[in-house]
Amino acid sequence: MIQFKDVGLVYPNGTEGLKNVNVTINDGEFVVIVGLSGAGKSTFIRSINRLVTPTKGSLLVDNEDILSYRSGELRKLRTKVGMIFQNYNLVKRSNVLKNVLAGRLGHTGTLRSILNLYKKEDVGLAYESLQRVNISEKIYNRADELSGGQQQRVSIARVLTQKPGYILADEPVASLDPPTSHQVMSYLKKINKEDNITTIVNLHFIDMAMEYADRIIGMRAGEVVFDGPVSEVNEKTFEEIYGRSIREDDLRGGADES
Amino acid sequence: MTNQSKDVVKGKTPSLYPVKTKAQVSIIFIVILGFYFFSMFWTQREMVGGFGDSLGNMFTVIGKFFPPNLSVIPAILEPMAQTIQMAIVATTCAAILTVPLALMSAQNITTFKPLYYATRTLMNILRTIPDLVLAVIFVGLFGIGVLPGILALFIFSLGILAKLISETIESVDMNPLEAMRASGGNVFQVIFFGLVPQVLPQFTSFVLYVFEINIRASVVLGLVGAGGIGLVLNQQLGFYNYQNAMAIIVLIFVVVIVIEYISNKLREALI
Amino acid sequence: MKSYTLPPKPEKSLFKKLKAILIVVILAAIYVWTFLGIDIDWARAIDRIANNFARVIPNLFSPDWSATADVSLSILETVLIAFAGSLMAAILAIPLGFLAAQNMTGSRILTTIGKWILSAVRAFPDIILAILFVVAVGPNAFAGVLAIAIGSTGMLGKLYSEVIESIDMKVVEAMEANGANKIQILFYAVIPQIIPEFLSYAIYRFEVDIRASSILGIVGAGGIGTMIIFAANNRNWNEMGLILLAIIIVVTIIDFISARIRRKIV
Repeated sequence: MIQFKDVGLVYPNGTEGLKNVNVTINDGEFVVIVGLSGAGKSTFIRSINRLVTPTKGSLLVDNEDILSYRSGELRKLRTKVGMIFQNYNLVKRSNVLKNVLAGRLGHTGTLRSILNLYKKEDVGLAYESLQRVNISEKIYNRADELSGGQQQRVSIARVLTQKPGYILADEPVASLDPPTSHQVMSYLKKINKEDNITTIVNLHFIDMAMEYADRIIGMRAGEVVFDGPVSEVNEKTFEEIYGRSIREDDLRGGADES
Repeated sequence: MTNQSKDVVKGKTPSLYPVKTKAQVSIIFIVILGFYFFSMFWTQREMVGGFGDSLGNMFTVIGKFFPPNLSVIPAILEPMAQTIQMAIVATTCAAILTVPLALMSAQNITTFKPLYYATRTLMNILRTIPDLVLAVIFVGLFGIGVLPGILALFIFSLGILAKLISETIESVDMNPLEAMRASGGNVFQVIFFGLVPQVLPQFTSFVLYVFEINIRASVVLGLVGAGGIGLVLNQQLGFYNYQNAMAIIVLIFVVVIVIEYISNKLREALI
Repeated sequence: MKSYTLPPKPEKSLFKKLKAILIVVILAAIYVWTFLGIDIDWARAIDRIANNFARVIPNLFSPDWSATADVSLSILETVLIAFAGSLMAAILAIPLGFLAAQNMTGSRILTTIGKWILSAVRAFPDIILAILFVVAVGPNAFAGVLAIAIGSTGMLGKLYSEVIESIDMKVVEAMEANGANKIQILFYAVIPQIIPEFLSYAIYRFEVDIRASSILGIVGAGGIGTMIIFAANNRNWNEMGLILLAIIIVVTIIDFISARIRRKIV
């Protein structure tokens, strides 16, 4: 369970990333955060694994306030909160298996990982994760030989290998074409259901949010302006969140192809 | 109305470049030329007979170097080997020590600014000192031998390597590093998994490049008593054995070409 | 315990494996050869440094200011040698650069010859060239100028040829289509594209040459190197300190100016 209690975040340059955020996310939920760019979606997500640190309020993950965490506890937190990025963030020159094994770093001793001495279970787990996203045949290819969609699948496998309780995905499909976007979202949804992993995804495409989310949180200027199950959402809701009428580029399209 | 269109109206041809640029370029050109003539005058002022005489003289004197006395080659193979060994030891040590230094002088890794500026400044000063001056000082400290030569090459290559590699580190893709941090890796793991694979090819290439420079530099070091082939070359020149000296020069030439060739092939394979 | 499947082993060809083993063996052999061959008398080195440290290091940091005038004149000569030498090289390298550029000569043989000349020149360390020129024109600063000029030509020619090879040939094509002759193409299509990089490289080379010319004096080719060798022979470490300081200051200033000019040009 993740609880935001009166969370606020002011960046050193004075911009307010988050304002009075009060949100509770229950285990196993698939939450999509929507909002225009700069609305604070990214800040919201990155607060949960402390890639950014809120300056106000308290943020509870599994009933522990993570804002007071220091390096050791922080690493432990990050092993149970996996993250997927817009640009996949793979090491391009390393092969797929090595990239996926990086998900085990938090569970592996420094010396062991530097000498590449992963436990057999870890290698097995990495391979299993790759099979789950259907990319195990590329295991020894270098990451830069893969297409964008394939790279994003590898990064999902990396997160799976981490055995997380939570998955954060920061604009996971913004750099992909419509069919591949749906493929990636389907994998995320499947993992969410099969492993009961709480999943929080940033999206700015309305149709995708509607299709995959259990619950939608709308943000504008650092504040939560909407929070409710997907059944309560309609076009009007989005117009309120975005503060303007819906345009064609707010839609991803291509849902029929997947 | 602009100046140029006025000119056209008056029937003058407008100049291809603005007048101001033209004047600036002319002034720079004259200054450079003037400085050049001054340099030429100054550097030739102690020369007997002037430029013309010397050039005529040059070919007869250079003739003294030919033919090179290749029969001395077996005798000079050992100092040549010593030169190469000095370069290998110095390059290896520099390559190892450069890692922490390069990390400390890379802005994206060392977020602690004072440390970054301190390492940067130290490296910049180090790079201004010619290798030979380092050799002279180390010979003064340790006496004649290979040790001062190795130390001089080591310090000299450290300055170059740390700069080149810290620049490479600053240009890497930081995204994978963020991902590693987000999955709970500690500082060492983030560096080894996110950074090392990205800089390793350039690192190896730069080390090879510095090795090439060191081979050439170690010839010079011998001239001040820091071991290797340069020592022998200096002796032969001192005795006016120009043909022996030429044989040494030919050997150096061949070794440098061979090493450059191999190192070029290796670097092409790496990148 | 949960069961797990291990991924298939990577398929490595025998050739790749052999290559990897071969590289490791060669590297190991090189290092064994090096460490067996290097003969350092540590006991003597430690003995020496214990004796010499106090005499050398503190003196380096207390420069002999009375030599300021001599050192200034010498370092000025070093700058002049580097300047004259780099300028000569910057001009000499132009025809060689064109000769070695594949898209200019249109002949593989000429290009290969050009590249060979340039790499042959580059293989001579500056100091060896200085030795040759000292014998030829006598022990004076002009020998240094010639050494720098020839030494820099090799590297500048190579850099120039790379610049020329990277120009946009479409402009040349357009001019050809206009009916321009070879000389016109050279001046209107090629030169405007290469001038900034040429200048930038020439100025960069001047930076390198300042360092190079500061050591030429040890073989008699003028500049501050002459003072270095005298100071070393006389164990005059105070004077060496001043020389070192002068070199650091001059090199830093010239690096700084040169970097600014180059940033402006490109």
